[in-house]
Amino acid sequence: MSDFPFLSILTLLPLVGAVVVAAIPRRKSELAKTVALAWSLVVLVLSIFMWIAFKVGGDRFQFHESYQWIPSWDARFTFAADGIALVMLMLIAVLTPVVILASWHDVDGDDKRSAPVYFALLLAFEFTMIGVFAAADIFLFYVFFEVMLIPMYFIIGSFGGARRQYAAVKFFLYSLVGGLFMLASVIGLWVVGGHTFDFTHLLQSVSSIDQNTSRWLFLGFFVAFAIKAPFFPFHTWLPDAGGAAPAGAAALLVGVMDKVGTFGILRYCLPLFPEASRWFAPAALVLAVIGILYAALLAIGQNDLKRLVSYTSIAHFGFIGIGIFAFTTQGGTGSVLYMVNHGLATGLLFIVVGMYVARRGSSLVSDFGGAGKLTPVLAGVLFFAGLASLALPGTAPFVSEFLVLIGTFTVHKAYAVIATVGIVLAAAYVLWMVQRTTQGTLNPALEKVPAMRKDITLREKVVVAPLILLLLLLGFYPKPVTDVINPAVEATMQDVGTTDPGPTAVTANGGVAR
Amino acid sequence: MEQSVEFAQATGTLSGIWLLVAIPLASAAILLFLGKRADKWGHWLGVLAVAASFVLGLIFFIKLGSLDAAHRSAELSMWDFIAVGKLHVDFGLLFDPLSGVFVLLITGVGSLIHLYAVGYMEHDPGRRKFFGYFNLFVAAMLLLVLGNNYVMLYFGWEGVGLASYLLISFWYNRPAAATAGKKAFLMNRVGDTGLAIAIFLMFSTLGSTQFSDVFNGVSALSGTTVLILGLLLLLGAAGKSGQFPLQAWLPDAMEGPTPVSALIHAATMVTAGVYLIARSNHIFSANHALQTIVVSVGAFTLLMGCIIGSAKDGIKRVLAWSTVSQIGYMFLGVGLGGGAYALAIIHLLAHGFFKANMFLGAGSVMHGMHDEEDIRRFGGLHKHMRWTWLTFMMGWLAIIGIPPLSGFFSKDPIIEAAYSRGDWTSWLFGTAALLGAGLTAFYMTRLFVLTFHGPERYTEQNKHPHESPFIMTVPLMLLALGSIVVGFLISRHSAIPEWLAPVTGEGEHDPVMNKYLISILVLVVSVAGAGLAWALFSKGTALQEQPAGAVVTAARRNLYTDAFNEAVFERPGIYLTRALVYLDNKGIDGLVNGIAAGVGGGSGRLRRLQTGFVRSYALSMLTGAVLVVGAFLAIQLGWLA
Repeated sequence: MSDFPFLSILTLLPLVGAVVVAAIPRRKSELAKTVALAWSLVVLVLSIFMWIAFKVGGDRFQFHESYQWIPSWDARFTFAADGIALVMLMLIAVLTPVVILASWHDVDGDDKRSAPVYFALLLAFEFTMIGVFAAADIFLFYVFFEVMLIPMYFIIGSFGGARRQYAAVKFFLYSLVGGLFMLASVIGLWVVGGHTFDFTHLLQSVSSIDQNTSRWLFLGFFVAFAIKAPFFPFHTWLPDAGGAAPAGAAALLVGVMDKVGTFGILRYCLPLFPEASRWFAPAALVLAVIGILYAALLAIGQNDLKRLVSYTSIAHFGFIGIGIFAFTTQGGTGSVLYMVNHGLATGLLFIVVGMYVARRGSSLVSDFGGAGKLTPVLAGVLFFAGLASLALPGTAPFVSEFLVLIGTFTVHKAYAVIATVGIVLAAAYVLWMVQRTTQGTLNPALEKVPAMRKDITLREKVVVAPLILLLLLLGFYPKPVTDVINPAVEATMQDVGTTDPGPTAVTANGGVAR
Repeated sequence: MEQSVEFAQATGTLSGIWLLVAIPLASAAILLFLGKRADKWGHWLGVLAVAASFVLGLIFFIKLGSLDAAHRSAELSMWDFIAVGKLHVDFGLLFDPLSGVFVLLITGVGSLIHLYAVGYMEHDPGRRKFFGYFNLFVAAMLLLVLGNNYVMLYFGWEGVGLASYLLISFWYNRPAAATAGKKAFLMNRVGDTGLAIAIFLMFSTLGSTQFSDVFNGVSALSGTTVLILGLLLLLGAAGKSGQFPLQAWLPDAMEGPTPVSALIHAATMVTAGVYLIARSNHIFSANHALQTIVVSVGAFTLLMGCIIGSAKDGIKRVLAWSTVSQIGYMFLGVGLGGGAYALAIIHLLAHGFFKANMFLGAGSVMHGMHDEEDIRRFGGLHKHMRWTWLTFMMGWLAIIGIPPLSGFFSKDPIIEAAYSRGDWTSWLFGTAALLGAGLTAFYMTRLFVLTFHGPERYTEQNKHPHESPFIMTVPLMLLALGSIVVGFLISRHSAIPEWLAPVTGEGEHDPVMNKYLISILVLVVSVAGAGLAWALFSKGTALQEQPAGAVVTAARRNLYTDAFNEAVFERPGIYLTRALVYLDNKGIDGLVNGIAAGVGGGSGRLRRLQTGFVRSYALSMLTGAVLVVGAFLAIQLGWLA
């Protein structure tokens, strides 16, 4: 089973799907939607098989495949997945069908917008996402890193809401600028790293790079990833993009695409430039901690639901950031788990917000008020998504946030303590948002909107159910996922050259182990 | 203190302790997910689930009692919750004398209040949802007291916070209820950060969050670490238990339905802070300064609650401040340490009964008075509500400490213990507790007299008060009986201190005054306070708020604590957010856009240019990508062939 070329097939499958869906004539939009959904489900099934085939505790990189591409540069189509990539691949495979189903009526009733194109773009986006996580050749990774902008650019620019052009361009340019920094580093790495782009080869040769060069190369990658993630102060494109994108696409944008940034740091910056990573860590930690508090305060102050959720994500990326740069097993595993859980939780939040926005025709908080009276179940789902977002125990994000904070605390007490203040702010932005939209006296304008009188539909139930189930399941039993992530993170920490600190107090009975 | 803490594995009957949590949790899930389909019978399932947990709890409790004292505990590890690096957290439970007592209180009083709520919520369209939340609360609370490590405790801790939020803002279309729920959750989260950081500190110093490891490791910690650890835990405890400086949410929590106030904001959840300190007694007993701080918080809060409670006119508000004050007594007790841990738990049990009784009594009064809450508009109700009056009287006598009711036997020893600290602080804390007893008698008597005696002062719509149905009065009777029986039990022998000794330790000093003198003083002060209130209010009171001196005005304004919070936290917080939103839009974003514009020359031109430019760039990239993939496919196919 493990000889099966999972990663190349998984990468290409959605691309073929995108071409097929795009070829369907516009008047058969229902067919296009159905094919897109079925296609994404096939990808999901294949991913599940891959998950089963992955040997926990086996090789760090599995499903290795390599095909010739540009021999003179030694750039190859090399795919491989460690535990970190595996969980991200699973996340995109789960979210895509959910988002496709959630976006079912997004382009209905608009002559200017073509359903086949929209759903083809979603599948194309899935293709680039899988590619970027599955690549084990740095040049291939770079190509996917840039190509993934294209479908999202068109989704935002052609299918988004108000100010979509501005948001799409801003999104594109920010990413492109970051990408150029990375390109410089990629080329630099090729030059000093032994004229190869192969990740495993580079891992062995990077130790010979001198300290200064290594720091510059790190910076090139880091800037690209920090813009993508995004970390404070490179974040301002995200609220615009998240606010303008259709809600389902925003779920993919924030839930998966932004993780390429944090994934990239873990996968490329830390192992390839261990000394530089340690050298830059204090700065990265400060940015991350500022991001947690700053973005949370901004989220409290937002009057647009989609922008609000975007800001909460920036705060969450701050948590991921401190977990990565704490260089402890708990922090690192917590961060990767955070990427998965945040994808599920914020994905759900964006999707539910999208359901409200679709009903109301507005994403402004002030256009709601007391909506729970009209749509009690939908309000309940919004509340649940909010709870997951504030990392309540029992939902998956609690485990990751706890791991990040406890792992950071063992090495950087002050940062962890300041970051913990973020959990109060998280409660504030979630509960205030819930209060202003669903609680309190019913906004009279809301009653006059016929669509607001309809509570959650069957399709919408099918959309949210898997996410709710996963959030609960991983909230009580996260072990299947942490077991996959943990060895990869431990290997990464070994690359960085750090070990977890032991307990600082020796107990009276001579030991502390359980 | 030096002997090591070990818990026995759960075997036989006791390995079923997970059912205690699982049954109410499953019931909550059914009620919440089945939706309207469960409307007809949902409330009975809710009652049944808690009653089943009670019966099981009783069986386990008896079973636990049959074990010999050294092995009187049952630890059950269900699954690995978190196992990353050196961090191992069990999804594990611990049933020992302390958690056993709490289980009986939560499920016992919980069953009665669930039963009462069947009647109280009869006409509410959301009754099924209410019972779903109620069951969720019971499950979370049981997890809180049954967890065998601090992460499990935190799990339940946040769970009860959620349930409390849901139930306070149960009538979420009332802005006041929605705001009160949010306030409760936020203030609790402030406390929760303390508990969370305490857990981080335990792991980083001792490498474990397991109770047994932490308790055995305390002796290896430096004095400063123990002090910090204890203060962090105290912050968490103060948040959940409505102690100074995090007390402001508790009175507002009365916006929820009355059974909620009785169960969550009087009898059980708000005592979680007391549980946390009693459970962590190894930490608190290891540092005298820490204990002094806990005692100070308790003494200060108990007086604060009394003073504010004396000035309030809403029946539930008075009871809420009285809860703040009574938990102050419990904090005083756990802060004193040694044998006083057990005294605090006894008072907690006694309070659970009499306060639940009075809250439900208040609910019964409101039920018969068109939801009127203002005690100035009551009076003479003893003629109309015999059962409510009689049962409320038991609660009233119990809380003001008239023998032979429970409050006398539970509060008096705490006051004695406060006088036994062994240094000059004995006088300070003992006298504060004594003064509190007098004030408690005063405001509770004021409440009782204005409600049930004196002239009738009803509003037009409340001309005909009526007694509540049996489904509501029977729980009242049982709870009133509880006040009597519990009082009898604790007056007769020292069963509870002995029962708790393996967990909390024992030992006491001699008081600075004669024991009997203290008891007599407590009685005299209480009777005087009650007598004064009776004399002042038996003729009724003014229907509107009268102008008053500085002290009464301050008490009416909650001693300006709310004003302080608003001025220092809320308003600056709002300004800060607004300023940041402005800064982010104009400053940081503007800066980045400005740089981009500067590079391209003229932002307007750039934007127009960009739009066209990016589109074509994106298209060419797309073409390129398709070509690349096409080439890849060709190579792939060729290679395969």
